[in-house]
Amino acid sequence: MSDLVDAFATAFRLIVDLDPDLVEIVALSLRVSGAALVLAALLGLPFGAAVGLLRFRGRRALIVLMNAAMGLPPVFVGLVAYMLLSRSGPLGLLELLYTPTAMILAQTALVTPIVAALTRQAVEDLADELDEQLRSLGAGFAQRAGTLLYEGRFTLATTLLAGFGRAIAEVGAVIIVGGNIAHLTRVMTTAIVLETNRGDLPLALGLGIVLVSLAVLVNACAQGVQEVARRVES
Amino acid sequence: MSKAERTSEPGRPTAAVLPLRLEGVSYSAGGHDLLHDLDFVLDAGPRSVILGPNGSGKSLLLRLCDGLIEPTRGRVVWCGPDASRAAEARALVFQRPVLLRRSARANVDYALRLRGVDTGERAQRVAAVLEDTRLGALADRPARRLSGGEQQRLALARAWATEPSVLFLDEPASSLDPGSTRALEDAIRAIQATGTKIVLTTHDLAQAERLADEILFLHGGRLLERAEATRFFDGPETKEAQAFLRGEVD
Repeated sequence: MSDLVDAFATAFRLIVDLDPDLVEIVALSLRVSGAALVLAALLGLPFGAAVGLLRFRGRRALIVLMNAAMGLPPVFVGLVAYMLLSRSGPLGLLELLYTPTAMILAQTALVTPIVAALTRQAVEDLADELDEQLRSLGAGFAQRAGTLLYEGRFTLATTLLAGFGRAIAEVGAVIIVGGNIAHLTRVMTTAIVLETNRGDLPLALGLGIVLVSLAVLVNACAQGVQEVARRVES
Repeated sequence: MSKAERTSEPGRPTAAVLPLRLEGVSYSAGGHDLLHDLDFVLDAGPRSVILGPNGSGKSLLLRLCDGLIEPTRGRVVWCGPDASRAAEARALVFQRPVLLRRSARANVDYALRLRGVDTGERAQRVAAVLEDTRLGALADRPARRLSGGEQQRLALARAWATEPSVLFLDEPASSLDPGSTRALEDAIRAIQATGTKIVLTTHDLAQAERLADEILFLHGGRLLERAEATRFFDGPETKEAQAFLRGEVD
């Protein structure tokens, strides 16, 4: 019991003192997951909107795949990304393996299906209500998609926050393609795994507290967005 | 007419796209024929009211005329000298107002932006059309917080702001109280006075009598009768129309 209390006390001291190792790891985690979220938004929002608006052969099968991809195991995504980026893989020439860029790409692959699938659902629901009116007003496809994304902005903001939560909390993909290299590719989740294995519980716990705090912050933001949406709507 | 002059008259049509000709138009869905072989011409001028019981195909017919759906057979042809501009010269107001989650002003502005109207002219036209529909004081209110009657007037204002040559209205007063209905009908008359052709559907006999110059009576997806309004109400020719006027058909 006292070990646990000691670990907590040390962890808080690391956080309050802004321990350089801890700050470096947290900063890289935010940079990697933030960049992955931006890429996932750039890919997932328009793709989800297009699938939500267009009617084409095989659409239902595509939606099933998109929904299923939301639950992709991070280790599987990491494995595929590793095979693509490794020296013998098709993208080996880029020499991205064990770099933050590889981690960003892996997390993008994890988050994009979440953004795309939830965007598709949001846009489809809004289109049921608005699309005929938008077409009657003379809006083309891109204008309709843009308008529906704007109309669903509060739902989509929550979607993006959920995507960020997924990215920053995963360990399987980044540990495979990043390699957990100190001062280069070590992020919070991989560091927690390493420090726990090494027995440095205070640092692992400190990182864990930061991670949980971020999760709470993300959820608070999501709640705030919903509150704003409710106020705007009413 | 200069741009400044035109903005003081919201709704003044700028394109001559009529007449609108329906040639053997039918529409089927799910194995059911919903509209049968419709042949008629809508010309500029009189307010045309498409009258008929629920389920007769009135809303479907307006959607066909507005180009939102394609006929299964036949064709819808705009025959005026500016027929190529028909898509931008028509507007449709739906039975239930469909408004965006933004202010009343921004809803009208959105429609004008889609038509490529420049910023300065947009602001003037939006202000003018909101005043003309008695919504000027509510311009900055969220559109979805307006009352049902105000929302429908806003939908009408948004359509009018685009200066349509033809305005299709799909049972616009079906869910409004008498006061809101009267305000809406005043706005419709004002729009027609600027030269816009009004084509309105309703199953409300009193409203049809108040607004119609001519009646197109639709029943079971068929156009059974077309007549000048007073003649239709004085003595409809078909037994279906007679029964409808007697209130024996819903």
